[in-house]
Amino acid sequence: MKEFVVKAIDNGTVIDHIPSENVFNVIKILNLDTFDNQILFGTNLESKKLGLKGIIKMKNKYFEKDEINKIALFAPKATLIKIKDYQIIEKTTVTPPEKIEAIVKCFNPNCITNTENITTKFTVIDKVQVKLLCHYCEKITDKENFIISK
Amino acid sequence: MSLKSRSLVSINDFTKEEQLQVLELAQSFEKNPVQDILKEKVVATLFFEPSTRTRLSFESAVSRLGGKIIGVSDVTSSSLQKGESFRDTIKTISNYSDLIVIRHPKEGSARFASEVSSVPVINAGDGANQHPTQTLLDLFTINQTQGKLDELNVAFVGDLKYGRTVHSLVMALCNFSCTFHFVSPVELKLPDSVKFHIKERKQKYFEYTKIEDVIKKVDILYMTRIQKERFSDPIEYEKIKNSYVLKNDMLEDTKENLRILHPMPRVNEISEDVDDSIKAYYFQQAMNGVYVRQALMSLILGVK
Repeated sequence: MKEFVVKAIDNGTVIDHIPSENVFNVIKILNLDTFDNQILFGTNLESKKLGLKGIIKMKNKYFEKDEINKIALFAPKATLIKIKDYQIIEKTTVTPPEKIEAIVKCFNPNCITNTENITTKFTVIDKVQVKLLCHYCEKITDKENFIISK
Repeated sequence: MSLKSRSLVSINDFTKEEQLQVLELAQSFEKNPVQDILKEKVVATLFFEPSTRTRLSFESAVSRLGGKIIGVSDVTSSSLQKGESFRDTIKTISNYSDLIVIRHPKEGSARFASEVSSVPVINAGDGANQHPTQTLLDLFTINQTQGKLDELNVAFVGDLKYGRTVHSLVMALCNFSCTFHFVSPVELKLPDSVKFHIKERKQKYFEYTKIEDVIKKVDILYMTRIQKERFSDPIEYEKIKNSYVLKNDMLEDTKENLRILHPMPRVNEISEDVDDSIKAYYFQQAMNGVYVRQALMSLILGVK
């Protein structure tokens, strides 16, 4: 029997193939820091796909497609696995949404969103490289410069 | 679509047809600039950073049409100094006026103002981002000098990184199948976001570091100022500063229809000996600003 580094869950969702350094970012943007059920996570686990990866397991939690797609900003190669009675019932990948709101800050220090209390809004102009065009200042924020806005 | 009650923040807020509608009406104001059509209207001009010609051009446009102007031209006298949020300032002033004209050093400020204001907002420059009324007057001037807006070779010279007039005009000209020639020091090249727009619209562009490489093949030479403070190394500025100064002898063998534009103010990037050339058109360009702003405000306020 396969031995899990991070204990298996009976029901819920597993997010696999998260870049190790972004596990906490994914936890933040999914608001898992205020989640009531059991969450198990691991970082710096060996991965053939990523070298080192992170994984998050959430008991009794399932996501709508729109809700989960926003993690593509930090984990574009993530695999989403739905578990019921310890069995995998669905495996899907994530794609960045067309629009992003209230997740990351605009990288442009002179953008009005960085001085006023304004919710950031972006259009995803490149889904492969993950480039965001700010709705306000019209400048591009690249994935290397993503900072979570909350 | 009607322009009544619409805001103009980014040049792309208006379609090509809507931009042409403004230019067409501006021609009638060029012939007849004094009309009493804004008699009942109040325009608020909020200039949160220094401006002379843009503010006066807007105020002249309103005055010649019989409208009233209220405004802030000195940020130290505004309640922002007392800690009021920008959101509250705009919400309040939109209660006092029919239209807000805003210039602000923060990029995106005009977009945000248009979202919280109860009246339309015209962006008169937001940081290094957009300056769409300058773009409309540039389009008006290009059309006036060339008799068309499409299939032109247009060169932009100088600070293409921070020059918001350049960004807006390039985006607008993408509607007209022009070929772009960008001449700048490496430090001040056109930003990726504008290049992305050009590529998306499937237009052609070329990049150079010397004016001489393009001057003989272009119809419009759009000059901009290079500011010393943009360079992290002042020695680099000293090395290149003279490469971006236009002198009269450089106009030899250029196209007959070449016209030189500049958003003004000029410092030394166009030598004064160019002013007497028939190809120098920057002062007429500044004058066109009044007609274009008259047309824009008349359409937004629904009096035309």
